[in-house]
Amino acid sequence: MIVIDTANHIAALAAKMAKPKVIAAYPITPQTTVVERLAEYVEKGELDAEFIRVESEHSAMAACIGAAATGVRTFTATSSHGLLLMHEMLHWAGLARLPIVMVNVNRAIGPGWNIWSDLNDSMAQRDTGWIQFYASSNQEVYDSIIQAYRVAENEEVFLPVMVSYDGFVLSHTSMPVEVPSQKEVDEFLPEFKPSWLLDVENPITHGNIVPPEPYMEIRYSMEEAMRKAKKIIKEVDEEYGKKFGRSYGLVEEYKCEDADYVIVAMSAIASEAKVAIDELRQRGEKVGLARLRVFRPFPKEELRYDKMIVIDRAISPGLGGIVYNELKGNGEIYSFIAGLGGVDVSYRDIERIYELAKEGKEGWYPTEVR
Amino acid sequence: MKTAISYPVEGAMGKTGTWRVFKPVLNKEKCIRCWRCWIFCPDAAISRNDYPSIDYEYCKGCGICANECPVNAIEMRREEK
Repeated sequence: MIVIDTANHIAALAAKMAKPKVIAAYPITPQTTVVERLAEYVEKGELDAEFIRVESEHSAMAACIGAAATGVRTFTATSSHGLLLMHEMLHWAGLARLPIVMVNVNRAIGPGWNIWSDLNDSMAQRDTGWIQFYASSNQEVYDSIIQAYRVAENEEVFLPVMVSYDGFVLSHTSMPVEVPSQKEVDEFLPEFKPSWLLDVENPITHGNIVPPEPYMEIRYSMEEAMRKAKKIIKEVDEEYGKKFGRSYGLVEEYKCEDADYVIVAMSAIASEAKVAIDELRQRGEKVGLARLRVFRPFPKEELRYDKMIVIDRAISPGLGGIVYNELKGNGEIYSFIAGLGGVDVSYRDIERIYELAKEGKEGWYPTEVR
Repeated sequence: MKTAISYPVEGAMGKTGTWRVFKPVLNKEKCIRCWRCWIFCPDAAISRNDYPSIDYEYCKGCGICANECPVNAIEMRREEK
């Protein structure tokens, strides 16, 4: 079935079809319509879930942690400052190895108050132990949420997954999306089997004091799971591709085979970059795109090209572009910061960035170099 | 998969009842069975029977029950050991 709707409504539909038992969320622009739609599903009886209204995002994540610890599938969605308020609980969900799935609608961080797309909110959560997907279309938002549960609940992984997409550019833009039947989703997504649970018949304490050596083992176990997750994400994605006809990989390559320069971008900028690459190819420029879809675990091995132009829609102040810094050592890299706070990055801007890189320039576009 | 799970065993410091300095003692004649002590006990060491019954193996003697009792039916007595 083809559904034409915004990424937010598509995210709510995907979450509904994954059949979570508990949803706890707090509304924030531009995520609001995700939770509004989910609340509607629950209210109308179309989704058999407990919808917990909470007083903050910290509580939303705490409620998901509590629910997941009783062995049920959970879902939440947030954005920007909401995600930042969750930060402590994100670490908690990761170290407790609870396979919570969350949507984050990428939005800039204030002050100054800004509601437009910028990846700094979720990229600042990179060390919390969450797997991170970045979607470039409404279709991919749907597919990634279904895949996210399979990855998160895999017994070799047991880690929470965040699916992010650009505020407004995707969240409030309608696109056609192929939606499989509930039966097909159920076949792909069997019932959740928890690795541990809070059960009054078999009492345990979770999160008690842990001395230094076992603590380090817990951390190592999480790192091992992240390493294994790379393989599992690929397997789940391939299986999804066989069943539904769409797969994406950790990195999506576009016209890279003979490329002298490869543009590395994420999310909506990466979709726009495909247009720029088609234009540049028509002019005889040998340029391709490597779209970074999975940011954690970071596919450093999969992102090796002689010459790369990295466009970061996020900044680590005092160090520079975040993806650029993570890719250092993988080739000759030209680093550009662009599109912060929702500044539009059109295919023309991406073509200009390519020309600047060819001249050996890099920096903030268009603030420093233009 | 490793995470911070612990199973119930006697702790290295023994049962928590051995930590007590003051012991709550219930006077059933004064008790009105309002169950405030049962509600407030932070260690769930008070259970509901005919009257509140205190599990001295786990009661740490914090005195919250005595403090909350509206009719002063719980007296905190110094442990004799």
